[in-house]
Amino acid sequence: MEQLLQVEGLHKSFGSLDVLMGVDMALERGQKTAIIGPSGCGKSTLLRCINYMEIPTSGHIHLDGELFGEKKANDSFTRMSEKELAVQRAQIGMVFQGFYLWPHLNARDNVAISAIKVRGMSKAAAYELAEDMLEKVHMSHKADEFPERLSGGQQQRVAIARALAQEPKLMLFDEPTSALDPELIGEVLKVIHELADEGRSMVLVTHEIRFARDVADRVIFMGDGVIVEEGPPSEVLENPKNERLRGFLHQIIKPE
Amino acid sequence: MLELLQKIYDLGGPLLLGAVTTVEITVLSFIVALSIGLLFALLKLGAPKPVVWLINVYVEVFRNTPVLAQVFIIYFGLAHTGIQVAAIPAAVIGLGLNGGAILTEIIRAGLAAVHKGQREAALSVGMTPWTSLRFIILPQTWRITLPPMGNYAIALLKDTAVVSAIAAPEIMFYARNLVTSTFDTTFIYILAALLYFALSFPLARMVNHFEQRQRAWQ
Repeated sequence: MEQLLQVEGLHKSFGSLDVLMGVDMALERGQKTAIIGPSGCGKSTLLRCINYMEIPTSGHIHLDGELFGEKKANDSFTRMSEKELAVQRAQIGMVFQGFYLWPHLNARDNVAISAIKVRGMSKAAAYELAEDMLEKVHMSHKADEFPERLSGGQQQRVAIARALAQEPKLMLFDEPTSALDPELIGEVLKVIHELADEGRSMVLVTHEIRFARDVADRVIFMGDGVIVEEGPPSEVLENPKNERLRGFLHQIIKPE
Repeated sequence: MLELLQKIYDLGGPLLLGAVTTVEITVLSFIVALSIGLLFALLKLGAPKPVVWLINVYVEVFRNTPVLAQVFIIYFGLAHTGIQVAAIPAAVIGLGLNGGAILTEIIRAGLAAVHKGQREAALSVGMTPWTSLRFIILPQTWRITLPPMGNYAIALLKDTAVVSAIAAPEIMFYARNLVTSTFDTTFIYILAALLYFALSFPLARMVNHFEQRQRAWQ
């Protein structure tokens, strides 16, 4: 299989706080990786470094064979300009814990605006695309609604449609259901599951262990800024080797 | 009764002439203030520290001194150094600079009130910082700042009265001239006040109307 994402020697510190201390990971096209771990372990920071929402302190990202966020000349790396970075970011869709739909735009415009302003599509074509994407997340009937009038689950589904409209090579999900009321989680997980079944490449930070087992073909357990254990869900989640991972899973999955 | 109408007619003419200048000064000063406010508020987000420091000095100086003093300094002070500024331009510069300080703070607060996730979402779909500002952040800032900006515009309209002190021919300037020639003090100032009310009230209603309409998205 073809390599899509490569993360090498990623370090990230905020001031004196080291959040990531040397993370390496790779993702093949069509692969779905779930990142789990206790809060503060650096899993969201790792995700946010992949599309340079956070600038890594050191280490490199490659997307589809291309160096991401940096340029290399004579063995030295320099940061890209914001304009160049924007072009690369457009290849990665991101779904946030807090949805962050734009409140001044209705659902349709939330989905269509990047096609118009970033990709330079005509309004008609962008709306057609938005229609398709909203249908994918089962939100066509709410295209005219403003975010404020939508439930959390509906907002997150529109946010997923917004990311899909980029026609991204990779989707990043940053705890997409953590801000949702329990009864709304299912509808969002269902949509993500459908996208996974389409063979989309995705990296998913989540607390939903059962969902990770169902959807991901690879699970990464992080602790204190490093990858502690990784492998197929059957191994990592069902036969954890690491003591901390066992403790974590025990805490999360309440004994039935 | 006829006598009263005649009086209003005689006095109203010059006052209406002044009202034209009042509106002119208000509109021009607002444009100057808004340009300064928007520019400086944006600079405060990302400019080098010395620039931000200078903007802060500007804001504090103009916020904490009387606008009348500022207008006097521009009109008389500059004349003293040989730069002759006519009354209306001096009024526009003075009120504009003063308003710029107020609007810098209003717009800065408005920008700060937009959640940082809004910008991150915009960057994540591939918008440049500029595109994100233009289509995502500023439209939201505009909605947040509309009420305080409207209040500032209303205050500005009435504050233009101070520039009668440098003989800018606006409502209060004419009113004072009329008082000197007719000694009908109370009547003239009531007429002048009514004129301000007639200008200001529609503006206030307009601000309310926009505020209601903007609320539609919430």
